[in-house]
Amino acid sequence: MTLLDAVLFLPLIGFAALLLIPKQSSRGAALILSLLVFIVSLGLIGPYWFANPSGYVFTTDAVWINSPPIRYHVGLDGLSLWLVLLTTLLTPISVAVSWKYIDHRVKEFYAFLMLLEFGLIGVFVALDLFLFYVFWEICLVPMYFLIGIWGHERRIYAAVKFFLYTMAGSVLMLAAIIYLYNRAGTFDYVAILSQIETGRLAFPPRVEMLLFLAFFVSFAIKVPLFPLHTWLPDAHVEAPTAGSVMLASVMLKMGTYGLLRYCVPLFPDAARSSAPWVAALAITGIIYGALVALVQPNMKKLVAYSSVSHLGFVVLGIFSFTQQGLDGAVYQMLNHGISTGALFILVGYLYERRHSLEIAAYGGVATPAPNLSAVFLITTLASIGLPSLNNFVGEYLVLQGAAAAHFTWTAFAALGVILSACYMLWLYQRAFFGKASEGVAHHVYDLTGREWAAIVPLIALMVWMGTFTQSFLPPIRAQNARILESARRLKTERVQNLVPEAIRAR
Amino acid sequence: MPASYFPAPAEYLRVLPEIVLTLFGVAILFFEAVLSEARKRIFPPLAAAGLGAALAGSILAYGSPGAAFHGMILVDGFATFFRVLVIVVGLLAVFASSEYLRRENHPGGEFYALILFSVAGQSVMASANELIVIFIGLEISSIASYILAGYLRDDPRNSEAALKYFLLGSFATAFLLYGVAWIYGLTGSTNLEAIRRALSGGGAPPLMLTGAAAALMFVGFGFKISAAPFQIWAPDVYQGAPAPVSAFLSVGPKAAAFAILIRTYQTAFGPVAGDWQPLVWACALATMVVGNFAAIQQSNIKRMLAYSSIAHAGYVLIAVAAASQIGAAAAMFYLAAYAFTNFGAFAVVTHVARKGERYVKIDDFAGLAQRQPAMAAMLTIFLLSLIGVPLTGGFCGKFYIFKAALDSNLVWLTVLGLLNSAVAAYYYLRVLVVMYMKDADGPAEPLPAAGTGMKLAVYGSAAATLLLGIFPGLVLEFASRAALK
Repeated sequence: MTLLDAVLFLPLIGFAALLLIPKQSSRGAALILSLLVFIVSLGLIGPYWFANPSGYVFTTDAVWINSPPIRYHVGLDGLSLWLVLLTTLLTPISVAVSWKYIDHRVKEFYAFLMLLEFGLIGVFVALDLFLFYVFWEICLVPMYFLIGIWGHERRIYAAVKFFLYTMAGSVLMLAAIIYLYNRAGTFDYVAILSQIETGRLAFPPRVEMLLFLAFFVSFAIKVPLFPLHTWLPDAHVEAPTAGSVMLASVMLKMGTYGLLRYCVPLFPDAARSSAPWVAALAITGIIYGALVALVQPNMKKLVAYSSVSHLGFVVLGIFSFTQQGLDGAVYQMLNHGISTGALFILVGYLYERRHSLEIAAYGGVATPAPNLSAVFLITTLASIGLPSLNNFVGEYLVLQGAAAAHFTWTAFAALGVILSACYMLWLYQRAFFGKASEGVAHHVYDLTGREWAAIVPLIALMVWMGTFTQSFLPPIRAQNARILESARRLKTERVQNLVPEAIRAR
Repeated sequence: MPASYFPAPAEYLRVLPEIVLTLFGVAILFFEAVLSEARKRIFPPLAAAGLGAALAGSILAYGSPGAAFHGMILVDGFATFFRVLVIVVGLLAVFASSEYLRRENHPGGEFYALILFSVAGQSVMASANELIVIFIGLEISSIASYILAGYLRDDPRNSEAALKYFLLGSFATAFLLYGVAWIYGLTGSTNLEAIRRALSGGGAPPLMLTGAAAALMFVGFGFKISAAPFQIWAPDVYQGAPAPVSAFLSVGPKAAAFAILIRTYQTAFGPVAGDWQPLVWACALATMVVGNFAAIQQSNIKRMLAYSSIAHAGYVLIAVAAASQIGAAAAMFYLAAYAFTNFGAFAVVTHVARKGERYVKIDDFAGLAQRQPAMAAMLTIFLLSLIGVPLTGGFCGKFYIFKAALDSNLVWLTVLGLLNSAVAAYYYLRVLVVMYMKDADGPAEPLPAAGTGMKLAVYGSAAATLLLGIFPGLVLEFASRAALK
């Protein structure tokens, strides 16, 4: 039993506890439990504080099911470390922002939130393909209920669409996982990876491409990559604030995490040969998402489409196959989690006051609520990539990595950066500047203490991650170097193997 | 050999469960006639005791495995697995129906006797090693089931269900019997091992004729497992029959029918596996597609579950099409997981339907999550298991089936099956939507709390569903050892 097991199972215990305790105390209990998980999870940084361990730390490897051999194998590395912390940080924040917002079936809400945290952490730490799939699917259920029960008018449509999209993608992944098992004789990620790296397990190019696609489509739906993104605006707009925050900040990262953890190292040749196509889709997503965001009259939809655009950068970074590109992608995953999470929280604050998500219903918010406006401005600037705030670092690294791969990619992707300034600043101008209408002046008040508490950690992280990148990057960099190494090694081996064949063919 | 004219004691031991079930069934019929009305409350516990004794009997019988009565009965791991399964389903049925029968003012003993006889028939099917015995078991089980389907004789829905089930069922059984006759003519035997020997080797009869016989028998089996294109009866019967009977019919007889299908095809027709595989392949696909796409349209939950159970028969047929030991083990595991899941779902439907089964529309489940959160949570577990979400038995079952199919290189069938299960998620989700996300505008009539028997059936099924999902090894390891080569 390691610290990681504790971080993983505490939320599950919390889920059970919340179901059992009386309704009145569930909010407080959820806050205490989620804060406890966060504090315990801070201990995970320990091994990375002074050294930079290679490989996995806090591993547990125990038999779960005998035949076929399925193991409870979990571990932490530089890639999953920050994603786990992002999850454990955003869960208490989600509890805090739901304090007043959720007024019916309170107990179930927090229970599902804890179950979601369990699933999300599990996805990031699982080192067994079967276990990974189990956690991947578990995440679906609580999010489905969060959207469907506590969402807005079209919540049922959005929840069902969300479930079916993800389900359709993941069944193909299940087929690929079973196929991998039948060939490799194990579900263990580390073992399969080492078999592939040493060439003991090799696939014909066509099979490798099919396996890659089975994983890729499932992850691309989750990311979401253009043109598989259509579930996202619906889910985001209809979800309650906490649902949107967890969805945008953490759940979308399941997709990009999967690309980086599974698609690239396990099927390097297929990943490399499909890189131009994927990059084209990513760039399309960047520009398309930004353009659609520009014309949205609904604030939540605007932020949702901006996510499509931002996540395009992450995918572009991953498929540039350069150190900077991968580093930027991972950094951008965290940045997007923090700044878009903050945006959804702030939009939620506005909604709690004015009960509208239409931009047209606002205007002049800065007058009655100066603090809220200031915080929104910082978040806006972070989101459009102002230097010294977090998104700048990630976007810069992605663009640099992409430029090293193909300069034209960068040229197009950079358009997205410019467009993001357009839609975000225009949103800010329309909602916050000008003369406050009667409705705004009457209903909109400034931040309360609870609201401050929920948003300040995120603002602090935006500045911290924008200025002291060295606190965060080294573990990421080391892990990405390993991923590139395993993706590269195979290629050289393949080339060596191919030479005699080519000569023979002549 | 004159000595074998009198069966040895061990041979009686091997049919102990059937003996126990029959004795208890007859005893209940006798008591029904002589006991006063007030004393008739003992029937449910008596039936449960009988099933419990049969359960113990089947485990005792497994203690001395082997053939009995000139090889007509074969007690092995496979037989014991299915015996235990059908007996446990019978127990669940007794628990779920005692309250129902009182509610509908039909608390007769003959209901329990019929359940016991039907289980006895299924138990015979599970251990049959001979085509005639298979037929006898099938008939014992079916005739009891026909009556059960029409048990509430004043209800026209019941009579319609029973009549349809009986007419189509007899028709299908005739096909089976005709196939058996052909096989006897071709191979000179009805013993599965003997047929296998006759079909392999040099003197095998022409494949055309064997194939025709196998196809005729498949009609009979296909009817019982509700495989397309022989599934037409299932929705009407499950919708019309009393809800606990539908629960029973959708799992017990189906599991037993799969047992004889697997045993016949893997043992007797094993040598020509390559020839029947494509047939089962096509049948599996058609069954999944018909079941799932028809279920999407339904507004009556019993009918929806009926189509869903057709679709699930399709998944099990994938495992049969794999024609391997892993496939048989996967089918066994799936049938166990599916039995608890589907029975539990039907049990909750029984509970929510109220007196006279007036509330069986999906919309009638609106607001159940607020009225009886525990029942809604249990139905959620069952539906998630039917969808195939991890940590439920349904997921592990699907996983093993698709793994077995990929092992046998049925890549396309696997992909199509998986996509089918994604389609299926849609109609199960609809029930969840209604229960949790629609406001409580369900029927105004109050929903009484569930009684002890119903709680036992529902919670027990839910516990088993989760147990099979979290620790599938418990059952799978036995199934893998017991599965036919």
